[in-house]
Amino acid sequence: MTARIGVITFPGTLDDGDAARAVRYAEAEAVPLWHADEDLKGVDAVVVPGGFSYGDYLRTGVIARHAPVMTAVIEAAHRGMPVLGICNGFQILCEAGLLPGAMIRNAGLHFICRDQWLRVENTGTVWTTRYEPGAEILIPMKNIDGCYMAEQSTLDELEAEGRVVFRYVGGNPNGSRNDIAGIRSADGRVVGLMPHPEHAIDALTGPSDDGLGMFYSAVDALVNA
Amino acid sequence: MARVVVDVMPKPEILDPQGQVVARALPRLGFSGVTEVRQGKHFELEVDDSVDDETLAKIAEGLLANPVIEQWTVRRVEA
Repeated sequence: MTARIGVITFPGTLDDGDAARAVRYAEAEAVPLWHADEDLKGVDAVVVPGGFSYGDYLRTGVIARHAPVMTAVIEAAHRGMPVLGICNGFQILCEAGLLPGAMIRNAGLHFICRDQWLRVENTGTVWTTRYEPGAEILIPMKNIDGCYMAEQSTLDELEAEGRVVFRYVGGNPNGSRNDIAGIRSADGRVVGLMPHPEHAIDALTGPSDDGLGMFYSAVDALVNA
Repeated sequence: MARVVVDVMPKPEILDPQGQVVARALPRLGFSGVTEVRQGKHFELEVDDSVDDETLAKIAEGLLANPVIEQWTVRRVEA
């Protein structure tokens, strides 16, 4: 079977094209989903891509979180459907309550756009089984609201349960608590991260192809399900 | 009809880099004595009489503020 992975477009989404391309590179079918869709067209998983949905008005991700398509995503995630949130998508998943914490403005207030080394801290999620534990990967990062914040009790819980999936290495770029770049849900099927694996799937156009493993991981899980 | 003001502020323990930048700019502009600045959001809502305080709290907590990082206050003011 071919896995069918939905890629959502909100007004202001930028990276849906690359996310769909990454899905196709991983030999899955990319299914376009629109913010006003009330059903998920029978997809097996969903990618919530990056950008500036609804202009980031009010707070990053908050308006998108209330879009019709997200109601369906939240319901499906509660039933165990894999969901990946990248950058603005991570912010949306936090606003939706699928992942804990929130992103605030980067310490230093700079928009940071560069290739960033990350360490893969957890390979037990649907989206990270293709990586070696502790692997260091190089993928692009581009945001101004990337500083991960959560209450100390939440951080303690994430650390104790192995729910930090990616950590910045080579210095903390934005003030994120515990150098956190990405986290997972308790069941390991929802993952969010600020840097962009979908921009690192081919050495011709990105700094590496290190990001492709996330999409192959999900396809492995879906095809073997 | 009534005017309702909702103020949303970063929680005290949450880093507020924007407020810090404003605080650092003040001495350069010749204003001394300001020891801290916190930056938040101010909303003015025109609401009819059917909107009770419980509903206003839901609006503040459910949309205008993110309780993970922000605290909020609601008050009714003279229009």
